[in-house]
Amino acid sequence: MMGNWIITPVVLPALLAALSLFIGRNSITVARLLSVTGSLALLAIALMLLMAASEGPPQVYRLGDWPAPFGIVLVLDRLSALMLLLTAGLALLVLGQAIATGWDRRGRKFHALWLFQLMGLNGAFLTGDAFNLFVFFEVLLIASYGLMVHGGTGPRIRAGVQYIAVNLLGSTLFLFALATIYSLTGTLNMADLAAKLPVLPEGDHGLMRAAAVMLMLVFAIKGALVPLHFWLPGTYAQAPGVVAALFAVMTKVGAYAALRFGTLVFPTDLAVTGPLIADLMLPAGLITLALGSIGILGARSLPRLAAYAALASMGTVFTALSAFTPASTTATLYYMAHSTLAGGLLFLVTDLARARGGEFLDGPDRPRLSGRLGVLFFLAAIATAGLPPLSGFPGKLMVLQSASGPMALVWPVVLGGGFLALIGLSRAGSALFWAPQGEAMAPLPLSQAIAPALLLAGLVALTLGAGPVQDWLGTTAAALHNPAPYILANDLPGGA
Amino acid sequence: MEIFVAATVGLLTAVGVYLMLRLRSFPVILGLTFLSYAVNLFIFAAGRIRTAAAPIVGTTDTPTDPLPQALVLTAIVISFGMTAVIVMMALGSYLELGHDRVDPDQGEDDTPAPAGKETGA
Repeated sequence: MMGNWIITPVVLPALLAALSLFIGRNSITVARLLSVTGSLALLAIALMLLMAASEGPPQVYRLGDWPAPFGIVLVLDRLSALMLLLTAGLALLVLGQAIATGWDRRGRKFHALWLFQLMGLNGAFLTGDAFNLFVFFEVLLIASYGLMVHGGTGPRIRAGVQYIAVNLLGSTLFLFALATIYSLTGTLNMADLAAKLPVLPEGDHGLMRAAAVMLMLVFAIKGALVPLHFWLPGTYAQAPGVVAALFAVMTKVGAYAALRFGTLVFPTDLAVTGPLIADLMLPAGLITLALGSIGILGARSLPRLAAYAALASMGTVFTALSAFTPASTTATLYYMAHSTLAGGLLFLVTDLARARGGEFLDGPDRPRLSGRLGVLFFLAAIATAGLPPLSGFPGKLMVLQSASGPMALVWPVVLGGGFLALIGLSRAGSALFWAPQGEAMAPLPLSQAIAPALLLAGLVALTLGAGPVQDWLGTTAAALHNPAPYILANDLPGGA
Repeated sequence: MEIFVAATVGLLTAVGVYLMLRLRSFPVILGLTFLSYAVNLFIFAAGRIRTAAAPIVGTTDTPTDPLPQALVLTAIVISFGMTAVIVMMALGSYLELGHDRVDPDQGEDDTPAPAGKETGA
């Protein structure tokens, strides 16, 4: 039985993080050993859970064995298993890069914070309770605050203050939304909400709509959707490269939560909200995509460019997500997997270039960077812009095919955004690698090229296996749009 | 009673939002604190406002809903911890940069720094 394994992605990093604080305090080797072992174990567990989730219906782990909706439940379904696997895979590779580049030695407690971050991410993907989702958001955020300012001074700490302030505001909004929902329905279990909302009295519809929009605003802050994106460029550009690479999966938490609530709690055929969420999300997603692409074009430093590329990818994800049909959800999931890997890759390459002085695109004294780094940047740019042969191309194709909005609006923005990204990335690549002025920098050691190469391998695998992956994601999307088994797994009283 | 609680929540939120919009870190943090007070009261009211009722079934005829009290406790602990974190960060930022403005200087992280290279990078 998978029963008790469901809790391990949360408990294991929590235990290892505490251990890392105690016995890894004075020895970086011990701390590294703990995180690498933990990340490997998390990857193995995620693979096992993914296989279990693809075979059967959603499975529930009751915390403290209290039955839902009174106790908190963790629910493992195909979507949460997929997100766990993405997180574990990205985290392992980026952790390897953090060790290879020595980032983990530049400040204290890097490994403990890293593990706590993984605990929060995994918990957010697994929980089946809205208030528990809030708690796991806070866990992952407080770890990310520490990681974001890791080994930093002045500007990075100030960017950290802005990042914390925005997220605290988001948390407050989250609590307002949850309290409103609780006062209307008397429950915060997501499956129970899905069962209770269709029979909500007519008079409460207005309040519930307000709560739904507030909730989606919170997820939009996490996913950096325009007009709530202002925190992202500064934060990602200032954060250490390896941390920004891990953050590639953190924005996806917002998209995951929006997808989960948009299909389970507030589906488009629900009388209370109707297509309200989809109608708001489509223009916001398109504007995010356009703004991110223009940002890529206007960025004057490589970290900023990578941050705006992350923004553009979130725009594409939310544009695809807003249709809320099985086909569009399949496209969203595929593009989410692609952009997690591609975003991580771009931030790792950016970090390598920045460590060699190749940060500013128009400043004087640009150093001569090694050819190996140039190749990596070229491939990362192809993945980011969504060009063939890497997986961004089938991803965008699926997004375009399944888009629900008017074709005359969605196609130009998505294709034009890709074009602007292409120009911006080409310009950055030419400036950094073809027009150097300064002296030659040390070549890229092979150890620091392993993690980017493996991320690339992941993108290639996602491209070559696009057919089977699409089938698997199609089944996942179908399960999301027919949430009855998910609700049944919660075993609610009254047999809802 | 309801009007009084609702007005208090509204006033606290208004004060919090106003302070959040300032450009210095101290008012911003105060604003966040006010917002968390407002939301704590709001969560408490989500279990319906009732006086002199224990949140324990069986002790009184009309017990009040215990869940919002548990939620509000969690929310208080989290917002307290988060406020501590942001105060430390703001202090660090002030000590490093010599001012406590929240907005970045013009083009700060987008152009080469004239002097004072970052130690971490």
